[in-house]
Amino acid sequence: MSVTGIIFSNLHDNEISELTRVRTLASVPFGCRYRLIDFPLSNMVNSNISNINVITQYNYHSLMDHIGTGKDWDLARRSGGVKILPPYINFDGSTRNNLSNTRLEALKSVGYSIAQMTSDYVVMADCNVICNIDFNDVLNDHIESGADVTIAVKRMELDRATAKANTLVFSSKDGRITDLLPNPTNFDGYADVSLNIIVLNRKYLQDFVLDSIAHGYTSITRDVFLKSLYTRNFRIYRYDGYFACISSFEDYFACNMQLIENQEMFDSLFGVEERPIFTKVRNSAPAYYSEDSRVKNSLIADGCVIEGTVENSILFRGVRVGKGAVVKNSILFQDTIISDTASVAYTVCDKNVVIRNNVNISGHSTLPLYIDRGKMV
Amino acid sequence: MFQKKECIAMLLAGGQGSRLYTLTEKTAKPAVPFGGKYRIIDFPMSNCVNSGIDTVGVLTQYQPLVLNEYIGNGEPWDLDRTRGGVTVLSPYEAKGGKDWYRGTANAIYQNLTFIERYDPEYTLILSGDHIYKMDYSKMLDEHKKNGADCTIAVLEVPMEEASRFGILNTDENNKIVEFEEKPKQPKSNKASMGIYIFTTKVLKKYLIEDEANPASSNDFGKNIIPNMLNDGCPMYTYAFQGYWKDVGTLTSLWEANMDLLGNPPAFDLYDRNFRIFYRHEAYPPHRIGADSSIRNSMITEGCVIDGTVENSVLANGVVVEKGAVVRDSVIMSDVRICAGAKVEYAIVDSDTVIGENSVIGESKESEKLLLVGAGLKFPVNSEIGGGAMIDAANIKDYIA
Repeated sequence: MSVTGIIFSNLHDNEISELTRVRTLASVPFGCRYRLIDFPLSNMVNSNISNINVITQYNYHSLMDHIGTGKDWDLARRSGGVKILPPYINFDGSTRNNLSNTRLEALKSVGYSIAQMTSDYVVMADCNVICNIDFNDVLNDHIESGADVTIAVKRMELDRATAKANTLVFSSKDGRITDLLPNPTNFDGYADVSLNIIVLNRKYLQDFVLDSIAHGYTSITRDVFLKSLYTRNFRIYRYDGYFACISSFEDYFACNMQLIENQEMFDSLFGVEERPIFTKVRNSAPAYYSEDSRVKNSLIADGCVIEGTVENSILFRGVRVGKGAVVKNSILFQDTIISDTASVAYTVCDKNVVIRNNVNISGHSTLPLYIDRGKMV
Repeated sequence: MFQKKECIAMLLAGGQGSRLYTLTEKTAKPAVPFGGKYRIIDFPMSNCVNSGIDTVGVLTQYQPLVLNEYIGNGEPWDLDRTRGGVTVLSPYEAKGGKDWYRGTANAIYQNLTFIERYDPEYTLILSGDHIYKMDYSKMLDEHKKNGADCTIAVLEVPMEEASRFGILNTDENNKIVEFEEKPKQPKSNKASMGIYIFTTKVLKKYLIEDEANPASSNDFGKNIIPNMLNDGCPMYTYAFQGYWKDVGTLTSLWEANMDLLGNPPAFDLYDRNFRIFYRHEAYPPHRIGADSSIRNSMITEGCVIDGTVENSVLANGVVVEKGAVVRDSVIMSDVRICAGAKVEYAIVDSDTVIGENSVIGESKESEKLLLVGAGLKFPVNSEIGGGAMIDAANIKDYIA
C-alpha cells in the first residue's frame, strides 16, 4: 500500500486574518513551539506517509522557512519527502493556475503534480484542524470498506456559530455518507463534523480533478462529492480523540489556552509516545527561571528567560520577561520582550514584539488584543 | 574525491571517565548529558562549526554505542556534508595486526590516513571532556602569525591552583620554553586546556617517530610536546579568555551545571550568535502547574512541574509532582520525582523514579554530593543520605 499526502496550507487564511497577514495559516504559531502545519505533517510521518505535497498560494515565505528541507520531520528523502507546490506563471506569461480559494481550485492548480501520482491512496488534510491521529486507522477502514472516499468525522454538539465554521457529514447506520452540509447557517445540536481529513483512491482523485478542470468546477463538496454520493462509495471514519478546528482569532486564543487548562487535551496531542509532534529545531538553550520569577499555570518553551511573573500564559521560544514584569492570560510568540516594569494581559504578541517599561496592555477574555509582528509598544 | 581543507579537527572521545562512576558505566564520557539538553561533546563539536571547521574526526573507543548514535550523520551540527563532515573513527584491525588506541598520540597516529585524505595544513586536536565556547579560528590565526609548529590553548588559572594543571612557561612573546605536568612549584599560571593546533607535516613527523619508540607512552602531554620542545620547534601558547571547565569528576560536573544558573550566569548559553547545537528529541513544551515554585533553575522541554524547584538543572521530560522539592540538583531526562519527595544536592541519572515522600540526599552544606544511577526505582518513603553512589548493582543495600 502506498500513500501520498496532500496538505492545504492557505485554505482558511481569512478566518484568522490577524495572524495570516504575514504568513500562511500553516505557519501560524501554536502551542508554545509549534506551527499549525506540524500537526498534519507529523500525523502523516507518524503514519509512515513520507511522500507529502504542501499546496500553497501566497504568503508562503514563512512556510518555506519553517519546512526547509523537511529534515526535522524526517522528510529530507531521496524518494518522496516533502515538496512545496507554489503557484507559478507559465512560460508565456499566463497564469493558468489562478490563485485558488477552495480545496478543489488548489488541487486544480497543481493538476500536473496530481496527474503524476502513482500511489494507491491519497490523504488530504487542512491546517486549521489540530489533532493527533493515526492515518493508518483511517486508511485500513477505507481499504476494508472498499470506499472511494473516506472522510474522518467527530460527533460533536454544535451551536450555530460552530456549525457555520464546519462541514457537517450525515451518514446511514452502516457508515455510508448520505449528505454533506458545508458551513450551514441554521444548524444546532449533535452532528458529525468533518475533520477535513479525507482519504481517496488516487485514481478517483485524478479523474475528478481533470473532470473539474474541464467543467470549471470550484467546490469539491458541492460540485464533486455531492453529485457522486450515490454513484460512488463515500464513507465516514469515526475519530474519538481530541480535535480542535480553528476558525477565528477567538477560537485560536481559546484553543491555545485550553492546552494549559485541559491536561487531557494536552496529553492527547503531545503525550502519545509513538506519535510525537515534530517541529523545526531552533537549538535554544533550556528556559531559565531567575531567583525572582513567579510562574504559575503556564506552558514555556526553551530559550525563555523569565525574571518576572507569568500566569496562565503560553511563551514561545526565546521570550524574555523582565524583573517585575507581569504576564497574564497571554500568548507571546518567539523572541517577544516584556520589559521590567511592563504588564500584558489577554494579549497575543506576534514575533519580536517589544513591550517597553511602564506600558500596561490588556485585552479582555472575550476579545483578546493582538500586537503585530515586530511592533514596539 | 576529498576536498583539501586548511584545518580539520580530531576529537579524542574514547575516554572512559571513570571518575564519573555510574554515569559512564554504559556511556563514554563525551556522551554524558549536560545542561538539561546537551551532551559534553556538543561543546567541542559546536565550537568547530562556529569556527568554520567542517571536517571533524571523532575517535571513539570506550562504550561507543550511545556516542555513535548521538553523533549519527552529524546533522545536528551541520556536519552531514558531502565533502568533509563528521566521521567516527574507531580502532580497527589492519594487515600488520590490531590494536586499541594506546594513548592520545597513538590514537591520532592510527588515523593519519584519515587526516591525509584532506591534506590539511593544520590539525586541531580536541578532547571531549570540557565545557567551553571557543572560536578556534582566532587561535589558528595566531598559530599562522607566529609561524608555529604547535600552538597550545592556555587558561590563566589562580596561582595557588596551578599545581593541579599542566603548566606552560613562556617568554614575553608567548613562545613556550618549558612544559611542566602538575608542578609542585609552578613558575606560571598558564594551564594547558588540552587544545592543540599542529602544523600537520610536523605533527606527522613526530607521531611517526614516537610510534617507533617502544618506551613511549604515546601521549601528547608526556611525549609529543616535550619531544618537540627538546628539538626547539617553535611552539606558542594561545591565551583563552572565558569560561572553561573540565567535567571529569562528579563535583566538577555538578558545578559546571550550576554555572549555567544565576543572572548573568557564569556560562551563558543564550547567545544566538554562538549557538551550542545538540541532537534534538521531540518533547512538547514544559508545563508549570498552579502550585509550583521555581527559583534560579533551568527547565526544558517535556518537564511537568507541580512542585518546588530551586537552584537546579532539569533535563527533558522530568516530572516534579505536587509537594515534591528539588534543590541544588542536576536531574537527567525522564526522571519522575513523586509527590512529597525531596531531592537535595544530587545528580540523578535518567529514567529513575523517586517514590512518594522519599528523602534523597542531604543539604548542600553537608558537602556530600549524592549520585543516583539510571533506571532505578525508589519505593515510597525511601531515605538516602548524602554522598552515596547508587546504581542497579547496589541499590538493594540502600532500600528496605
